[in-house]
Amino acid sequence: MIRLNLFLVLLAVASAVGTVTSNHRARKMFAEIEHEQSRMRDLEVEWGQLQLEQSTLASHARVEKVAREKLHMKAPAAGQVMTIEIEPAQH
Amino acid sequence: MKFSHSPVLSQALPAWRARLLLAGLLGGFATLVGWSLYLQGFNSSFLQEKGAARYSRVIEMSATRGRILDRHGDVLAVSTPVKSIWAIPEDAKLQPAQARALAKLLEIDVRELNHKLATEREFVYLKRQIPPDVAEKVAALDLPGIHDQREYRRYYPAGDLTAHVLGFTGAEDVGQEGVELAFQHILAGKPGSRRVIKDRRGQIVEDVESIKSPQDGKDVVLALDSKIQYLAYTSLRQAITANKAKAGGIVVLDAKTGEVLALVNMPTYNPNNRVRLVGAQLRNRALTDTYEPGSTMKPFTAALALEKGKYRFDTLIQTAPGYLTIDGRTIHDAEKHGLLTVAQVIQKSSNVGAAKMALSMPREEMWSMFDSLGFGSPLKLGFPGEVGGRLRPAKSWRPIEQATMAYGHGISVTLIQLAHAYLVFARDGDLVPLSLTKMDTPPLTGKQVFSAQTAHEVRAMLELAVLPGGTAPKARVAGYRVAGKTGTAHKIEGGRYANKYVASFVGFAPASDPRLVIAVMIDEPSAGVYYGGDVAAPVFSQVMAGSLRGLGVEPDAQQQQPGAGDAEAAKESM
Repeated sequence: MIRLNLFLVLLAVASAVGTVTSNHRARKMFAEIEHEQSRMRDLEVEWGQLQLEQSTLASHARVEKVAREKLHMKAPAAGQVMTIEIEPAQH
Repeated sequence: MKFSHSPVLSQALPAWRARLLLAGLLGGFATLVGWSLYLQGFNSSFLQEKGAARYSRVIEMSATRGRILDRHGDVLAVSTPVKSIWAIPEDAKLQPAQARALAKLLEIDVRELNHKLATEREFVYLKRQIPPDVAEKVAALDLPGIHDQREYRRYYPAGDLTAHVLGFTGAEDVGQEGVELAFQHILAGKPGSRRVIKDRRGQIVEDVESIKSPQDGKDVVLALDSKIQYLAYTSLRQAITANKAKAGGIVVLDAKTGEVLALVNMPTYNPNNRVRLVGAQLRNRALTDTYEPGSTMKPFTAALALEKGKYRFDTLIQTAPGYLTIDGRTIHDAEKHGLLTVAQVIQKSSNVGAAKMALSMPREEMWSMFDSLGFGSPLKLGFPGEVGGRLRPAKSWRPIEQATMAYGHGISVTLIQLAHAYLVFARDGDLVPLSLTKMDTPPLTGKQVFSAQTAHEVRAMLELAVLPGGTAPKARVAGYRVAGKTGTAHKIEGGRYANKYVASFVGFAPASDPRLVIAVMIDEPSAGVYYGGDVAAPVFSQVMAGSLRGLGVEPDAQQQQPGAGDAEAAKESM
């Protein structure tokens, strides 16, 4: 009888310790996921800002300015445009 | 003496004492049961709430507003988070040095800052929508009673280029103008909330439930082509400066689908910085302002005359002596022409010729044509302040009015309505509705207004107008066949025609298989020239040339033989 009781007590203690550990681990993991989620939000914010930067840098006004002033490009005159026909691809 | 014979024991206690004790104990027990019943049963929800309030918190989860993209996926409007700095004035007791540091970071005056903090209110914004890195510096100062709050700010990378199409949002991220307002229900995100458990240090330890998951706003893909939009913007701005004009507008439509590829108004504004904004800059003229279109209406009169079989392409009309008197009012031509065919009436833009054609038709027929072209009723694109223009019921038309309407006076339209109506000539006489958003499956055919044959005949007449001998040779585009019509209309001021003009040009290209319809309107050109063919046609030509090239549309005009020098230049550049 005493053996059985002892065994049951041990079982109860082990389960209690297990509960505590798993709870602790759950909290740790939860903190981790929270951290990752906030990182995700930060990255989303950064993405938005990069999009903004990209479209500012690629704005037609800026591209034209760079093409004209830095690269000294100009629009072709009517006689300088040649039309070429692409033959339909052979299969 | 034996213990059992102790006299103390032999004295029996009175029975009531035991009973009293028992009753007392029972009574206490009953009270406990009752109290616990009360707490558990009747009062439990209140107590549970109190308990939960100690550890659980409801957290707001913000949702972002959708982006606005052009047809190629370029970003036209995007929301990024910013911080707003606010204070509880009662808690914010700042040292003078601290106040100076804060004011410097927020770029406001120290006196203004102190004034804001001196208020009786419990909550005051110190500065809204500042960049996150500045907010971090403010937080690093660690001042009492100063807090920050995350908000979203809308940015428009294209700035004043797309101002009228996109509109803008207010401080609460709600659309107030343009597409931002028209598509508010799609763009707006729905913020959510969730319940969490926080520990003593304020850290979230457990997610209890998600009360409402946040829904980010959806992106809106416009039909706009930012390349064509840029081209239209620069060309129009140039023309307005060169002609010292008051205002102007340009609309570019895809003739195949009815999509709006570009829409620019002048004067414009920068939606990213809206201080010192005046009403004139805000006006989305192409949709909200009507004007008398003038000669750009003549092709419709001619089309109706052809459609009803009264006239043919080459029917002769006597326009001599260059004026026509109806009911005591006289219609003039700018030049005397004599005997003209219907095609020449359009080419030379004869008012008398157009009036004579109109007067041969019942007024109801003209009215129903104007009506089916969409004049007189708003296009319903969803923009605020869209108007339909003035088209009076046919019953009230007098003959002189019917005659003047034939050449675009006594009727008023918006620029986008006119561009829309020209779709009938650019297509096979049918009219598709306009679309601001990119369409995956555009309608193949629309409402038939004229027969395909009539549309093709008018198209040929409109081609004559841009050839030498027409009113708008400046609208020509190298390599492409162009068709279009000029308009030069007097403006009405105080009920009378004033010596101010609206110069316009509406046309399309390539004429063999029209791809684009472009309408240009310049309000009050005052640098000497004011004819549509001199002021508006060059803008049309510039935008059309660039757009067709950008879209890779095959040239349909006969190639000019490049000179030997040109051919060599072309080789060198390759």
